[in-house]
Amino acid sequence: MNLDHAKDVHQPGQLGCSWVVASGGGLVQNGMDPKADDMGELTPTLAADLLDALAAGPDRQAFKRLFAHFAPRVKSYLRRLGAEDQQAEELAQEVMLTVWRRAQLYDRRQAGASTWIFTIARNKRIDAIRRDRRPELDPDDPAIAPEPETPADQQVEAGQRQELLRSAVERLPEEQARLLRLSYFEDKSHSTIAEELDLPLGTVKSRLRLALSRLRTLLEETA
Amino acid sequence: MAEHLAPDDLLQEYAAGNLSEPLSLLVATHIALKPESRQTVRFYEDVGGALLAASAPEPMADDAFDSVMARIEAGTPVVPDGGTAAAPVDDAARTRAALPEGVRIAADVPTPLRDYLARVGETASWRQRGGSVAELDLLPDYPGYKTRLLRITAGSRIPQHTHDGAEYTLVLEGSFTDSTGRYARGDVSVADDDVTHQPVAGQECDCICLAVTDAPLKMTGPFGRILNYFVDM
Repeated sequence: MNLDHAKDVHQPGQLGCSWVVASGGGLVQNGMDPKADDMGELTPTLAADLLDALAAGPDRQAFKRLFAHFAPRVKSYLRRLGAEDQQAEELAQEVMLTVWRRAQLYDRRQAGASTWIFTIARNKRIDAIRRDRRPELDPDDPAIAPEPETPADQQVEAGQRQELLRSAVERLPEEQARLLRLSYFEDKSHSTIAEELDLPLGTVKSRLRLALSRLRTLLEETA
Repeated sequence: MAEHLAPDDLLQEYAAGNLSEPLSLLVATHIALKPESRQTVRFYEDVGGALLAASAPEPMADDAFDSVMARIEAGTPVVPDGGTAAAPVDDAARTRAALPEGVRIAADVPTPLRDYLARVGETASWRQRGGSVAELDLLPDYPGYKTRLLRITAGSRIPQHTHDGAEYTLVLEGSFTDSTGRYARGDVSVADDDVTHQPVAGQECDCICLAVTDAPLKMTGPFGRILNYFVDM
């Protein structure tokens, strides 16, 4: 098992700094230059503020900033999942339209802005690219088993959590980061990943588990 | 008593959006009943959000923003998109409506399974499978999967069987016990291709489960061979 990176040291300046961190991690593609990124830098807190502004009323300026930041990233997500350029463009526009229309349903205590937008993009691509359905629970269903209240001192605000996760995923070893990308960005089941990388299924699962548990531990330690 | 939560890799594939409809149905129903798994899914969605935020942007068309604004201003109707993390509930009463008699199982069935039962309930009927087990197909036309409700008579044993693929079983009511433990409401059992198991339903009441298999069951006992004949038909 690969534990080389288990004692990853927190790098000063990475936490809570700019939204675009290009160096060192395996997740930023194409050698992106932060200076060249004119697609709207946003901190998670600001992104959540903008969604709240949008929920409060038709705020064109807030939407424009969200659009500048998220639309190109959603498009890139959809491209990797097999959409042609034109389809990815159209679907990314659809996703942003949904963001505008559903902003009132966004709850910053539950999810960071990028998580919320990720779930919209994910559902859109299952529907439009994979042509399948993804049944979901209904949060207002009385049959749902309630969650225990998290004590206030253990709550990490969703935005803060997102910032920590951002910097953590960028410091994952490439081998683990690659598996995450294949799973989240390429619609590949664990068994397909195993076939393509010529690895035993158990190895794929244990590496993914390792990557995810590192991220989780990091969040819990911070909580 | 130990809970049997769905394995993390299944929850992660659900969060990433990589599960088929039958398995998504099973996971979504499981997380409605098990808050801990719901929180796990939320964490895996956070990872998806972090990956999205960290991904390299791909430039949009020059007029993209303006054309979305034009659609907003023109009030283009929303294209149904399969819901979001917090899908709007336009009709809360719908989920509480009584289910058709054939699929009325005593335990409170959470959405989304409830919607599927309501849909098949009018026409589907339970098929008796060898005395102690009855089954009802939920997604008979979905390729590569069998998605069924199983009703196992209280206290009875279901025929010994192995699997070509994996079998995922979510308990909705009652319980069953096999060599890996006791499974009660909300619990998920995963049996791989090399597991031969022989679950026994609890005495308290009939055990009702949602079972998803990604390949047909193979019964191994003498009784099972007869069942296989029907399964393969």
